[in-house]
Amino acid sequence: MALVLTEEQSMLRDSARGLISDKAPVSHLRSLRDSKDPTGFSKEFWHSFAEMGFAGLLVPEEFGGSGLGYVEAGVVMEEIGRTLMPSPFLATSVVAASALNRGGNAAQKSEYLPKISNGSLLATLAIDEGAKHRPLQTSLQAVRAGNGFRLSGAKALVVDGHVADLLIVAARTAGSAGEREGLTLFLVNPKAKGVAIERTIMVDAHNAARIDLANVEVNADSVLGEVDQGATLLDGVLDIGRGAVASEMVGLSEEVFNRTVEYLKSRKQFGKLIGEFQALQHRAAELYVDIEITRAAVMKALQALDTDVAKAASSVAVAKARAGTTATRAVQEGVQMHGGMGMTDQFDIGFFMKRARVCEELFGDANYHTEQLARARGY
Amino acid sequence: MSDKTSDAETADLETFRGETRVWLEANCPPEMRKPATSDADVFWGGRNAKFSSEPQRIWFERMRDKGWTVPDWPKEYGGGGLSPAEHKVLRAEMAKMGARPPLSSFGIWMLGPALLKYGNEAQKQEHLPKIAAGLIRWCQGYSEPNAGSDLASLQTRAESDGDDFVITGSKIWTSYANYADWIFCLVRTDSTAKKHDGISFILFDMTSKGVTTKPILLISGYSPFCETFFDNVRVPKSHVVGTVNRGWDVAKYLLQHERAMISGMGERGVGRPLGQIAADSVGTDALGRLDDAMLRGRIASFDVDEAALAACAERAVDLAKAGQAHPAFSSAMKYYGTELNKRRYEILMSAGGVDALEWESERSKQGARPRAWLRTKANSIEGGTTEVMLGIVAKRILDLPGA
Repeated sequence: MALVLTEEQSMLRDSARGLISDKAPVSHLRSLRDSKDPTGFSKEFWHSFAEMGFAGLLVPEEFGGSGLGYVEAGVVMEEIGRTLMPSPFLATSVVAASALNRGGNAAQKSEYLPKISNGSLLATLAIDEGAKHRPLQTSLQAVRAGNGFRLSGAKALVVDGHVADLLIVAARTAGSAGEREGLTLFLVNPKAKGVAIERTIMVDAHNAARIDLANVEVNADSVLGEVDQGATLLDGVLDIGRGAVASEMVGLSEEVFNRTVEYLKSRKQFGKLIGEFQALQHRAAELYVDIEITRAAVMKALQALDTDVAKAASSVAVAKARAGTTATRAVQEGVQMHGGMGMTDQFDIGFFMKRARVCEELFGDANYHTEQLARARGY
Repeated sequence: MSDKTSDAETADLETFRGETRVWLEANCPPEMRKPATSDADVFWGGRNAKFSSEPQRIWFERMRDKGWTVPDWPKEYGGGGLSPAEHKVLRAEMAKMGARPPLSSFGIWMLGPALLKYGNEAQKQEHLPKIAAGLIRWCQGYSEPNAGSDLASLQTRAESDGDDFVITGSKIWTSYANYADWIFCLVRTDSTAKKHDGISFILFDMTSKGVTTKPILLISGYSPFCETFFDNVRVPKSHVVGTVNRGWDVAKYLLQHERAMISGMGERGVGRPLGQIAADSVGTDALGRLDDAMLRGRIASFDVDEAALAACAERAVDLAKAGQAHPAFSSAMKYYGTELNKRRYEILMSAGGVDALEWESERSKQGARPRAWLRTKANSIEGGTTEVMLGIVAKRILDLPGA
């Protein structure tokens, strides 16, 4: 498979870019933030997204989706990264849709996937519990009770948690924190008794929530996949999410880089364009190369996911690790090279820095994924 | 998403892959499926070439007969005539079995591509088949004592005299000039023109009267580079490649190939993964992890970057195939690939500890590791320094002012 976009993928990119840059430039995020918008994204725009077939991009056609692959999802994520558009696309259309499609039984799929495709259902995965992403450390308890289970524990960094219509909760049905065995995914109604959701206003002004479950009753058919055997399903779903976030970070990095290079070509000091200074030229050139290399690594990972999710782990680890270090470098250089302007809220660059910081933590940071690669390679 | 044509192409490619795998399996001697560990393991060809082993000879001859010393060159010039996609398959299959390149040469990596683009038919007929068959070993006469990063300021003069040029001057860092049969050389044919406009690209025999070479001892203790002196060397004008005084175009085109070659150096001769090499010398803890957390972290970061660079190299080929490549991208790859290779050897030295310090002993294969470590320091200098590469990226790709 060539590591370049096909003609169809390029067309998808162009239409996503056209739509997003027109309807949701960075000023869109700014006004949602400034007005303390209770939803945190534009419902109207989400419906046009659904009409374009983006909401159900990964959903098979039999469930009303577009039946496309992870490379295509990455293409859309990258465009989202360019304008930092808050959108349910990541949590609902990529992560939750993949969880349901890969782990769901026939009834679950036909109940939820068509609603994801038409934009009427928002869903999200609740995974993290501690300060850092450690999926196997999951300790939210699910104990058998009657015909079903009773869930108790707390989740953090649940993307779109305060607006979701469906929670996919990773819980421990057996074993102890750190073990692969004993993880189970549950479909939980956020309105169920015992569910407490606190919207967390985060540094990036995107949506997230902390969720407490106190003896929440779910019945047996709300298990997604198999009891105690959820780790494998979770691995795949998380890797898909990681590939998507890495794509967002590529888009974000490239956008902040382009803006920075434009600034180097227009800002004058000492009677010269600052882009004439070799100290800045070389740093810009290094950053350009970093972004190009990361773009290739991310594309490689998305293709690996399209080929076989179960065998993509190492490629995904490389991609998410690289995306993290590259985006971190890009936003830091962006602010530094914009000088004092980069420090102002009025200028957009700061939004990129804030979003990059959140993307870095989402589904594991560069250290986490570098560590995963070391373990996979046995040293 | 795929139409009929591409389905047929995919099927053909899979057939080719299968046949290639079978052929390589049957024809590549087991000894040639291990990474080269010393210079003797690399076959460079040339008039005075000697094989260091029988398997090396067999492997070279079988590949030569198939045209696979230069798989993607046209068959009429001794190549294999493979399409880019087939070439990619062959490389992947060779990499999978760890097969060594049967023939290494600056003729293959640098001169060949330049001749294919800029050479006339007679030059192609004369030189390409001899490169493919490993009959002539080439060296590169580019840098001069006062023309390093600023290559275009070179001063070696070629004076017109009837049908000949008479060449006088000196070159430096001429790799393996003392073993080479022929040289491709940049000379000044017009000293009144602007510096880029008076240069010609010319080919001549190193046994010509007036050519002398003197090896330069490097920090590695090896002498891969020479000083090369020309004292009224007479060369027919027909040996100029491309147009007289337009040699800079040829030179730059060739440099792209040289940079691609150097950026790929880290990939060649790679043996076991760094993590395993380090585990052998440093040891592991109860969980089987390297018993040096900081070193382990450095190796893991290296592995991430190396895998990402490999994807980028693959993408660069695919972009070129799709006609979407930026011509200066080889500078980006050269910068990153050479810096990464230096990192690899810093890690190898850390991992080796005391054992990597021995310079002269049977045990250390005459200091193979420290010498290789020192050799890599030239990677970010030769073929254009890292700083020159970054300048090219800034100017030609990013279009920054005044660069």
